Amino acid sequence: MNMMTQTMAEVAEGDPHIRIENVSKTFLGGKKGDVEALRPVSLDIRRGEFVSVLGPSGCGKSTLLMLLSGLLDPTAGRITIDGEQVSGPNSNLGIVFQQDVLLDWRGALDNILLQAEIRGADMKAAEAKARELLEMVSLTGFEDAYPRELSGGMRQRVSICRALLHEPPLLLMDEPFGALDAMTRDQLQIDLMHLCAKRDITVFFITHSIPEAIFLSDRVVVMKPRPGRIEQVLDIDLPRPRRLAMREDPKFTGYVRELTQTFKSLGVFREEH
Amino acid sequence: MSAIPDQPIRARNEMLHRVVTFMPPAFWTLVCLIIFWQAVVTLRNVPEYILPAPTQIAGEIGSYWHRLLPNALVTLSEIALGYSLAVLIAIPLAVSIVYSRVIRRAVYPLIVLSQTVPKVAVAPLLLTWFGYGMTPKIVIVIMMSFFPIVINSVMGLRATTPEMLYLAKSMGANGWQIFWKFRLPKALPSVFAGLRLATVLSVIGAIIAEFIGTDKGLGYLILIAGANFDIARQFAAIIIITIIGMGFFGLISWLERTMIPWREQTEIAGEG
Repeated sequence: MNMMTQTMAEVAEGDPHIRIENVSKTFLGGKKGDVEALRPVSLDIRRGEFVSVLGPSGCGKSTLLMLLSGLLDPTAGRITIDGEQVSGPNSNLGIVFQQDVLLDWRGALDNILLQAEIRGADMKAAEAKARELLEMVSLTGFEDAYPRELSGGMRQRVSICRALLHEPPLLLMDEPFGALDAMTRDQLQIDLMHLCAKRDITVFFITHSIPEAIFLSDRVVVMKPRPGRIEQVLDIDLPRPRRLAMREDPKFTGYVRELTQTFKSLGVFREEH
Repeated sequence: MSAIPDQPIRARNEMLHRVVTFMPPAFWTLVCLIIFWQAVVTLRNVPEYILPAPTQIAGEIGSYWHRLLPNALVTLSEIALGYSLAVLIAIPLAVSIVYSRVIRRAVYPLIVLSQTVPKVAVAPLLLTWFGYGMTPKIVIVIMMSFFPIVINSVMGLRATTPEMLYLAKSMGANGWQIFWKFRLPKALPSVFAGLRLATVLSVIGAIIAEFIGTDKGLGYLILIAGANFDIARQFAAIIIITIIGMGFFGLISWLERTMIPWREQTEIAGEG
């Protein structure tokens, strides 16, 4: 069993890329008083690792992502990336939300180039790069299409390209495929792996889907709600590149069973009525 | 049936079809209404001082053109000046309402509340203050048209989602970039909805102002013609002011299509 229940920091070998140390978040003065979104959690992430966070609504996984991005400040504890403490918006990363957040008034290519425009990067190089990214997600020919002319899956692919344009060392994804149909979802998982395999990038990926987390990740972090805590960290020992057929692999189904069991024990799934 | 004699008829039908479909259906409804009007007046011998026929009104526009044109220009300049000033006041005000908590809480509710004051009731007061020249007319046009621009611009500028702002910050965008690259383009459709509405209101404002007190403008001509029971002349002035209003509305709509091309895409594709 490579499962371990833990509350303390798991110290990865070598120097961790990202270190989350006893980080908690309480939202003060809401309608129902203070809300404890995240009880102190600790987690180390290695460089180049693909980590998924799995858990039901209200388990604080999005809060954790916001803390990593520096868009929220922790109530206590600290987050360091390469030894440097995160405070205030961190722009050395790419971010993808459940909604694609494409700008209606820009074509696909211009939406990706926004990243370079804001950063004041060399636009010529950026454009070549953006076209290359579009090609990798099979969107050649859609450079000038407005978001309203694209399907949900295409839009989300554009938004992933936008997040990768500046070659960030860290990619944060908040349920990026949650709004897509199952088939589009499978394709995007493959596209995402393809994009990540080509670069040295650490991915912090939030999802509701057990198979998606297993399929994509090196490690799956299970969180439980009210207040948000880490319940379990599961290493996924499957070879890369991963193939869709692997989902029938006994090892894969074993992981699914294990995580399903965890959620049953947490009361997330109830089978008896 | 043989196909050969059928050919010219079909060609003529084709031509007719093209002429008819060149104009929108509503245009032909209007044509029908005008024909009906003409028919009723002619067949039932309705006297001109009750309801003139469309042809009589057209004749009146022709013969009275030397008075209609200069007065139309007066009204047009009141509208143009008042509307432009309204835009210049309303849009920066909307920006300050969105960006400043103090203005949003201390000024914005008063602007909304001020809309319950009937502008027509205030007009005589403005005359007392600003005299009988252009100024009170321009002020009334501003008062009429500024409100929908403010409200719609505020709504548009607030339409930026939290995710858009997170994204902007993750790119390291500064406040200026967030405004120009995110907030403002996002607001444009709503701003234009306000601008379009304001064109109609600015025309109403100019006419009301001219009713209250002046010796120039289409509103004045309508008033004088009314006093003389000259219905055809009233209609002539009404038609000119309507054309001004339609042209103005059309101009702003055209500007909207030019500045917001991403919204029109499917409609254009659908036409093909």
